[in-house]
Amino acid sequence: MTSLTDTAAPSPLTGRRAAARPHRPRSTLTRGAGLALGVSVLWLSILVLIPLGAVVAAAASGGWAGFWAVLTNPQTVAAITLTVSQAALVTALNVVIGTAIAWVLVRDSFPGKRVIEVIIDVPFALPTIVAGLVLLGLYGPRSPVGVDVANTKAAVFLAFAFVTLPFVVRAVQPVLEQLDPDVERAARSLGASGTQTWTRVLLPALAPAIAAGAAMSFARAVSEYGALVLLSGNLALRTEVTSVRILTYVENGQLAQAAAVATVLLVIAFLVLVALDLIQRRVARRG
Amino acid sequence: MSIDIQAVGKRFGSFVALDDVNLSLPTGQLTALLGPSGGGKSTLLRIIAGLETADAGRIRIEGRDATDLPAQKRGVGFVFQHYAAFAHMSVAKNVAFGLEIRHRPKEEVRARVDELLRLVHLEQFGHRLPSQLSGGQRQRMALARALAVEPTVLLLDEPFGALDAQVRKELRQWLRRLHDEVHVTTVFVTHDQEEALEVADQIVVINEGRVEQVGTPDDLYDRPANDFVMRFLGPTTTLAGLVVRPHDIGVVALPVAGAIPGTVRVVQRVGFEVRLTVQTSEARDPATVTLPRSRYLELGVDVGDPVWLRLPADAVRAPATAASAVLEEATSGSH
Repeated sequence: MTSLTDTAAPSPLTGRRAAARPHRPRSTLTRGAGLALGVSVLWLSILVLIPLGAVVAAAASGGWAGFWAVLTNPQTVAAITLTVSQAALVTALNVVIGTAIAWVLVRDSFPGKRVIEVIIDVPFALPTIVAGLVLLGLYGPRSPVGVDVANTKAAVFLAFAFVTLPFVVRAVQPVLEQLDPDVERAARSLGASGTQTWTRVLLPALAPAIAAGAAMSFARAVSEYGALVLLSGNLALRTEVTSVRILTYVENGQLAQAAAVATVLLVIAFLVLVALDLIQRRVARRG
Repeated sequence: MSIDIQAVGKRFGSFVALDDVNLSLPTGQLTALLGPSGGGKSTLLRIIAGLETADAGRIRIEGRDATDLPAQKRGVGFVFQHYAAFAHMSVAKNVAFGLEIRHRPKEEVRARVDELLRLVHLEQFGHRLPSQLSGGQRQRMALARALAVEPTVLLLDEPFGALDAQVRKELRQWLRRLHDEVHVTTVFVTHDQEEALEVADQIVVINEGRVEQVGTPDDLYDRPANDFVMRFLGPTTTLAGLVVRPHDIGVVALPVAGAIPGTVRVVQRVGFEVRLTVQTSEARDPATVTLPRSRYLELGVDVGDPVWLRLPADAVRAPATAASAVLEEATSGSH
């Protein structure tokens, strides 16, 4: 799941670049570039397209009735609803907090900035099961801070938030570094208020980066397993997420059912990536 | 007076950027703030615009106290050295920005944008993105954008600093003509004395956070207040303890009463003029003299020959101080 969404994620960026040059020739390939393209496509096929095709084929093997039965199973519906809604919530949070963190890191200087720079990446570096362990220790039944979210939806949210924190920050940061602070000053001197400067000048410039970060953040949340499996309790109909549901099917030898759920996830991930790209284009055009 | 600056001071940590600056800039004029880099001229411009706050002093724009007004309420147009274009907007949208912020009717905005694009000769480029323009075109777009909101004053911070020499010369001529058409009170910052002398009605020389002199280009060139201004505005050399212009020094090949004897060390032909380096007996460093090539041929001297130097009574001069001697090196090299 992760490999699928990670490769699909840069599409908002490449899509935008293509839109800026409407008259580009149909093919600019030289022999070397053609070879590179061939290798890329082959690699993408082996790693992503063929396995995905296999998943869809496996899902189809149970027939339409079998597929429908899995999808209408209340436990599966609950798992998908929980996963997608919590992933969407966390992504919305990351868009705001991640942009704010990137802003602070780029525009302000303060003691300890380097430390924060490193800490941001910890969720990338940590095995997610370790993250789960940390969260369980801190916010579980024996919480030293008196916060116990074990076996609740909040546990799922917390785990998602933890593992997806760096995405928007790291996507926005380099773009913000390229942005000349004089651009904001120009907007101010032309009469724009602080809010107008944000909505008409800064957001459109940052939108592609924010959308790319949000896409990766959502994709990562939907596919998360390790960080939440200890704290959420995996209670059917309440805190069970899709990845746990799929694993349950696999453990029971119901591969077609597992593939059916995976296919639904795939379609959702695809729709979200397309939607984010559309939103990003709208925002970037405004102003 | 369009802009009144009263006792303005600004520090960055222990560095004094501006030290008790008092200045009045008249309405409708084109004024240059001229000085070496780091002298405080850009800081002063940004304080006028409200993009930087002064530690002390007051700013009045068109009689109104603007000291505590935010940038967007000052009615000031600002042009930045590196254009500060809104990269995601077309050229026309960039120019329209200030008008759209003010919610002007669409028809009016379109008419005004067309008019401004014509004024800056970019009428063909309205639909392009700033990244598809050259540096000079981008700066003209930035100028149109600043003029769109009909500012009471137009401020330009090293507007041609990022452009190559040829475009720079064209643009400053063009700025002069534009100002004669538009007549908005304009202040521009530059470290290029040629640019200031060529374009400005009035020049303010700023150095180390202080105003050294205010005057017309003629005032400054012919009556410099001190040797700093003199050295900054053009090539200088030192003769008999005075800072003088190399082309003001008279050279003769025979001894004359009151003239200073010396020996020619170097003869350099630079285009239409000849530059002589003359070692006099009275000074440690040689003096530089420039003269037209025809005059040099008349003189008939070469390296090693004795010459006599004298300064006409009406020549511009200033007493030499050690502090500004370094500058002479820098400015005489470029001429």
